[in-house]
Amino acid sequence: MSLMAMLALIISSTLVYSAPLIFTSIGGTFSERSGVVNVGLEGIMGIGAFASVVFNLTFADTLGAATPWLGLLAGAVVGLLFSLLHAVATVTLRADHIISGTVINLMAPALGVFLIKVLYGKGQTAPIAQDFGYTSVPGLSKIPFLGQLFFEKTSGPAWLAIFVAVISWYIIFKTKFGLRLRSVGENPQAADTLGLSVARLRYSGVMISGLLGGVGGAVVAQSISLNYSASTIVGQGFMAMAAMIFGRWNPIGALFASLFFGLSQSLAVVGAQLPGLNNIPSIWLQIAPYVFTIIVLVFFFGKTRAPKADGVNYIKAA
Amino acid sequence: MTTQKNSLSIALFSVLFGLIIGAVIMLVFGYNPIAGYMALLGSAFGSMQDVGGVLTQMTPLILTALGFTVAQTAGFFNIGLSGQALAGWVGAIWYSLSFPNMPAYLMIPSALIIGAGLGALAGAIPGWLRAQFGASEVIVTIMMNYILLFLGNNILQNTMSKGIKESAETTKQVGANASLQMKWLTDLTQGSSISAGIFISLMMIVVVWFIMTKTTLGFEIRAVGLNPDAAKYAGMSAKRNAVVAMAISGGLAGLAGTIEGLGNYLNFFTQNGSPSIGFDGMAVALLGGGSYLGILGAAVILSVLKIGGLGMPMSSGVPFELVDIVTASIIFFVGASYLIKLMQARIKAMDEKAAQTTKAKKQVAIGSANDSNQKDGE
Repeated sequence: MSLMAMLALIISSTLVYSAPLIFTSIGGTFSERSGVVNVGLEGIMGIGAFASVVFNLTFADTLGAATPWLGLLAGAVVGLLFSLLHAVATVTLRADHIISGTVINLMAPALGVFLIKVLYGKGQTAPIAQDFGYTSVPGLSKIPFLGQLFFEKTSGPAWLAIFVAVISWYIIFKTKFGLRLRSVGENPQAADTLGLSVARLRYSGVMISGLLGGVGGAVVAQSISLNYSASTIVGQGFMAMAAMIFGRWNPIGALFASLFFGLSQSLAVVGAQLPGLNNIPSIWLQIAPYVFTIIVLVFFFGKTRAPKADGVNYIKAA
Repeated sequence: MTTQKNSLSIALFSVLFGLIIGAVIMLVFGYNPIAGYMALLGSAFGSMQDVGGVLTQMTPLILTALGFTVAQTAGFFNIGLSGQALAGWVGAIWYSLSFPNMPAYLMIPSALIIGAGLGALAGAIPGWLRAQFGASEVIVTIMMNYILLFLGNNILQNTMSKGIKESAETTKQVGANASLQMKWLTDLTQGSSISAGIFISLMMIVVVWFIMTKTTLGFEIRAVGLNPDAAKYAGMSAKRNAVVAMAISGGLAGLAGTIEGLGNYLNFFTQNGSPSIGFDGMAVALLGGGSYLGILGAAVILSVLKIGGLGMPMSSGVPFELVDIVTASIIFFVGASYLIKLMQARIKAMDEKAAQTTKAKKQVAIGSANDSNQKDGE
């Protein structure tokens, strides 16, 4: 294999595996910036994957090549609705955030597989007809060398995810909404005193995480697993959570952490084809993201501080 | 005492609401909820084999729930129960297959100790990382679940010698010297995979209750959980107690995994995800409301749901996953107990109001009667 072909293979598969992590980890960032811990990302991704596959199977004939992109939208909407469960439990009903997130994770595969059995009479769906596959970015792919590596036969959703990361960074750190969102995550009492609605801002944080988590799940389903079953989402949501922490609750940080985790995941898959890497047992590449997250938490703890009121319910004085 | 009473009523309301949600879902999708729940009860209690199945299901859940409760008492949220159970499972199977000729009276205790010890180690690491560095145990245990899952599968596929494996994905069955199954129990339950593990689980309820409420160690763990600063001021080591509590927690989960291995499955096979006994045990502990008897009751309820659910598709057409939806809903209501407390307060307030109005009416009636008496007197 030529060096060029090797690099192209690594880059494109890294982008494919990173895309869902980028979307979901940024979703988690919005939720936790508003002060709601979201360990339910895994479940939200699962329900997004479910929705996109059902959408894809239903409309592939009429919508053709646009189906997977509209499937993202389906995943986004259903993910958002599903995340309301977490928002209602934590913000309105004062539930423990970890318990509520665990409920989300228990509920999603149960509900998804239940509905699949009701709809199709079996525990997993048929493979989808229209998937993301590989696309070339028009214009940019004509750039010599770099175009061939990054923009030819690449993952469309990954470039969308990178775009979303930049936008999210702007929203969180440069807009009024972002400032307010962060303020209820740091000191809800002060924010409340200044006339902000803590509940409304926390609802929006959780709902954005539902939207982006749903998209993340839809990307997995339509570019990696290509069908839906109980094992479509196994761990990607938790890995996205790790990326959010690794990225220090910052969308750009989450982007790079996701790219790094995506690289390590893709090396575990394509590593066998690459000279030099095929000597490393794939187990080390498989566990690397999780080990690195623990190391970061332990050794850089002073710098990886969560929002101050993350996971703390705000009970307004009557 | 009042909190215990309170959590009992919350648990009962939650189970009721969870079952109602399950019934509504069955109605919406055109199933008959009564037939569905009858099928559930039928396949949980229909025969001795079903009862054996329920007891087999309860066995590890009691242990993981106890583990969760011990950690919670010390102020830890141990989400790593599945990984810790897996560590015990793999370790115990590997050990017992490696010494096929060891007599049972040596093999079984040592295998249980090794399995529980591996779980304890897997639990102590996040405990120590939090005590020493302040790293959140929630995140470390989630990450360790995946590390242990991949390591466990890798040990099975690449490290274990060919001689103890059935195929690349499954080990051989453990010999009679390591099996926890007992002939009279198997015969009594018509061949269910029940084992002596159920007695170990029931015994551990008492042991853990005793340690946590009657010993200095338990007192210190509770004190550290309630107020680490005060405990430190009183001369207790918050660090040591954190590690010990998490090690006990992980050890119980490791024991659960060991019993799954040596009692239920008798082998280890490639796992697609962390064993569900971790999260199910957490559900049992949450439903049990932190009380030791509550854990037993909750384990019965959730195991009946799980085993009963297996029979639902056959006789009523309802997919098995319905019971998982019901379980998740139950935990939702336990978690959002504020809702139930609010409803109880509202009902109480309405009662009081009703009582007050009747009282007021009575007083008005008495008052007017007095008035008329007075008038008569004039």
